[in-house]
Amino acid sequence: MANISIHEDDILINEQGFNDHFHEHHHGDKYKTNFLSHYVFSTDHKMISKQFLITGMFWAVVGAAFSVIFRLQLGFPEESLAWIKPLLGKWIVVDPSTGIGKLAPEFYYALVTMHGTVIVFFVLTAGLSGTFSNLLIPLQVGARDMASPFMNMLSYWFFFTAGVIMFYSLFISTGPFAGGWVAYPPLSALPQASSGSGTGMTLWLISLICFVISVVLGGINYITTVLNLRTKGMTMWRMPLSVWSFFITAIVGLLTFPVLASGFFMLIADRSLGTSFFLSDIFIAGQALDRVGGSPILYQHLFWFLGHPEVYIIILPAMGIVSEVMSVHVRKPIFGYRAMVYSLMTIAFMSCIVWAHHMFVSGINPFLSNFFSFFTILIAVPSSVKVFNWLTTLYGGNIRLNTPMLFTLGFVTLFISGGLTGVFMGNHVLDIQMHDTYFIVAHFHLVMGVAAFFGMFAGVYHWFPKMYSRFMNETLGKIHFWGTLICAYAIFWPQHYLGLAGVPRRYYSFDSFEAFKHFADMNKFITIFAIIAFFLQLLFLINFFYSIWHGKKMTNKNPWKSNTLEWTTPIEPTHGNWPGNLPVVHRWAYDYNKDDREYVMQHIPLKDGEVGDH
Amino acid sequence: MIYFVAFAIVALLAVIVVQIGKLSDLSARIKGEEAVELANNKTQARISVGFMIFFLVVCFYSAYYYRNEMMPYGPLKSASAHGFDIDWLFNITLIISTIVFVITHVLLFWFPYKYRMQDPKKKALFYVDNIKLEMIWTIVPLVTFIILVAMGITQMNRLFRPLTAEDKFIEIEATGYQFAWDLRYPGADNKLGNKDFRLIDPASNSLGIDWNDEASLDDIVLGGTDKIVLPKDTLVRVRITAKDVLHSFFLPHFRVKMDAVPGMPTFFTFRPVKTTKEFKEELRKYPEWNTPSDPNDPTGPKRWETFEYELACAELCGKGHYSMRRVVEIVERDEYDSWLKQQKAFYPEKIRGTVADPWDGKRLFPNEIKARAEELKKDIADYIANTDGTANKVIQLKHVFYESGSAGLNSKLSKYELDNLVELLNKYPNLRVELAGHTDNTGDAAANLTLSKTRADNVMQYLLSKNIAAGRLSANGYGQTQPLDTNDTPEGRKKNRRTELRIISK
Repeated sequence: MANISIHEDDILINEQGFNDHFHEHHHGDKYKTNFLSHYVFSTDHKMISKQFLITGMFWAVVGAAFSVIFRLQLGFPEESLAWIKPLLGKWIVVDPSTGIGKLAPEFYYALVTMHGTVIVFFVLTAGLSGTFSNLLIPLQVGARDMASPFMNMLSYWFFFTAGVIMFYSLFISTGPFAGGWVAYPPLSALPQASSGSGTGMTLWLISLICFVISVVLGGINYITTVLNLRTKGMTMWRMPLSVWSFFITAIVGLLTFPVLASGFFMLIADRSLGTSFFLSDIFIAGQALDRVGGSPILYQHLFWFLGHPEVYIIILPAMGIVSEVMSVHVRKPIFGYRAMVYSLMTIAFMSCIVWAHHMFVSGINPFLSNFFSFFTILIAVPSSVKVFNWLTTLYGGNIRLNTPMLFTLGFVTLFISGGLTGVFMGNHVLDIQMHDTYFIVAHFHLVMGVAAFFGMFAGVYHWFPKMYSRFMNETLGKIHFWGTLICAYAIFWPQHYLGLAGVPRRYYSFDSFEAFKHFADMNKFITIFAIIAFFLQLLFLINFFYSIWHGKKMTNKNPWKSNTLEWTTPIEPTHGNWPGNLPVVHRWAYDYNKDDREYVMQHIPLKDGEVGDH
Repeated sequence: MIYFVAFAIVALLAVIVVQIGKLSDLSARIKGEEAVELANNKTQARISVGFMIFFLVVCFYSAYYYRNEMMPYGPLKSASAHGFDIDWLFNITLIISTIVFVITHVLLFWFPYKYRMQDPKKKALFYVDNIKLEMIWTIVPLVTFIILVAMGITQMNRLFRPLTAEDKFIEIEATGYQFAWDLRYPGADNKLGNKDFRLIDPASNSLGIDWNDEASLDDIVLGGTDKIVLPKDTLVRVRITAKDVLHSFFLPHFRVKMDAVPGMPTFFTFRPVKTTKEFKEELRKYPEWNTPSDPNDPTGPKRWETFEYELACAELCGKGHYSMRRVVEIVERDEYDSWLKQQKAFYPEKIRGTVADPWDGKRLFPNEIKARAEELKKDIADYIANTDGTANKVIQLKHVFYESGSAGLNSKLSKYELDNLVELLNKYPNLRVELAGHTDNTGDAAANLTLSKTRADNVMQYLLSKNIAAGRLSANGYGQTQPLDTNDTPEGRKKNRRTELRIISK
């Protein structure tokens, strides 16, 4: 049965497909690859997506390890950390009389900073968008590759360079940058203010400028590919929600990342050229600086003009992946397809006009924050539309509760839990109390940290067969899912209570404050679950790498019985994706259980009287 | 060795994990993929519902468990007037979001149970869209959120309204720096003087207060670890500044937080409504707060006893960010007033008469004039009364000043001292004195000698003009020949430049 359908697909594509003269252009020696051009400097979007994914995994492990180390300090401040000394060297300060080793406060802050930077930029931006935009955009719109495969390759290698520079900064003697991932000046601008603000900060800035270049190169490509390389019949309103979300994400990224870069260039000028964009009236290290007239608030505006859309750059692809994966495994069309697209657009637009809600107590005019508060709260409307649509998608389905599906459920619960606390913080008057406490830590880790990871996991489990022609192990996947979900809540739910007790974030120790020091048990609890969560992710990595070579083989081109075009390509991926003609699209991506057919793929022609769009 | 063991354990675990995976694949192949998938669906559906129940129960129970540790509740209800509004809005938002949270979570985990795939052939509902539903869940949240944010905006604008004199507020200033806070109180004039970061001198003027500004002269600086005392039921406006990097002025119990920005003062106004004592009494009623403050010392003071209002930093400012603690104490207004009276203003204590004092030799304050008059009177009376010759016959004329760089007498400032002297000379008609001028060693020695002589003459001229008999007075200059102190420091040189009254006979 399955084999016959594959056969029919091939015939269908070859007979009715769109001939773009692919073979006439690319046959011959030109197309042969060697190891270097196949695995390293590849211009194939599928290989580049794997490069993004695996580099992202490396950074996820590094970023998570940072958090485990600083959680050890927070959860077990009395215990000795001397055993990490072989790894961290001088950053573990051992008290010679007691033999108890503690994390140096400078390095605690460096870890916090690097954890944020690495996870936000390298894992959840590059690892998520980079992986899935690259893999899915050409496959799902029916394109041979990205609009500019070469630029796509450059995008990865700029990301790689950014990673190398950042990694190098971990090992310099003054330590990596330690002023928080937001890098607010004057702390980040003045080496006198913190040892990490010396060379560590210089490297941080160079690394992230490389990263911005990578995002811009990638984004231009994604947008162009979606706009210009859709196959015949693939109208915008027939694109799967995943492609919609990657497309919109790329636009947001392209509009906002350069603003961040401009902020960084100004910061570099302040650091190295003696300008005073962000500096004024500073007396530091026994000296009044000759730098007046600037404003630290200006940097915050520039930073958050990206920084806020950035969290949507992270969460929108996850939303798209979740919508797509959920629909496939529920065996139902996504509820309110157009509403989902419009809400993506609304979120994307509004994400660019709410940035100052990170700055309600930073000294901006309190009346200005009224506007930002208003739009911030309103952004919850399209978000709740999405949640209700997902819930309705589940209603009446015939749900396969496999690992990718479970991760979409996990995404939705985390998105709700984290999203609802956003309504508290978005209201500026409540933010006065919540700002920079553990409440916000809980909020954003749930809503855009762990939730985005869950979207990513859903995508990896779902499209693993497309990437490696094998399946990941289901049992391990389910352990991974439930374990991680429980850990995520065990880590971040109690942090709401910490935040409501007023405990500020980014504290190395709580002992000196009467109000903050009585939560030792809770901190211990959180740390233990953080450690468990870390090892659960190693389980995922084992599953991932083991399955690449030893996973269950894919025998059917379309194992999930999905509608989208990527599942019409051969099991063994080829350059150009389709061996012959390109499929021609006749309908939207969500014809599940529409009539007597369980699913109807997008390239199947319409029957008489059937509608292709919804 | 221990690292090797750890590595071996991790490797072993990895192998076990892989074997579990293999086993499950194998069993799937034996039982048939479809059967396994359906069985899995059933298990997962049950876990899903189980998780939902467990999760919701834990959420509610844990919130209940921590209710008296969280700020809007129990004994920790706001200690400031505006904080009650914030807490109220928090609770409204909490109720709405809890309802949404529970409903969505029940559906989210119950639907997978109800609609799990039990038969692959079963048809799922083809339900594409429903405009009515979409409208409902667009408009209902929209209206709810607009109401919430409208309440927030109203509160915010009330909180940050411009103050008028009628508010009878007191303004204090908090300055953050790596890694502590300095507080400044305005003193009797209720006005904080200007400051400028260029004037900062870590030793004598850590805030860079501009002493040229009259308003700064009675300002009180609370450094170190002194408690920040504030009155209950009075509007307090805090001017928040920073010296080096960003800090944030965070008073959790008062719902106050505002960043301290170098180069741009920020403000926060709040009205404390509970004294520290009252807050402690409230805490005392709750069992959570009757546990020992230090868990290692079960017989030590209880948590409510060690409680203090605290000021913390809430913006990452470097490696000592977590240690910027100051204790805040709220007292009744009259207690505050008497506390404030006891505080010594910074300028007269630390600056007056030092080289950093811009008013040195330019201005005398009424209390100084009065004290000096008493001192001079006493010195001379002591000498007169003394019979055994031990009394000091050299008296410094501390309040005699000259125009800067010349010998001319600054009679506007010197008249107090000299008029007092005239009065004393009239009181003791037998007194004969010498006026002795001295300089420091800057400049040419011969010129200094002339200068000191001319200055002494000028003083004598003043006294003569007040009808003191010429025979009772003489004037001499000694230049730099009789220094009192070293000429190597500005302080020493200042001491050496002086005019003395030497009593010849009584």
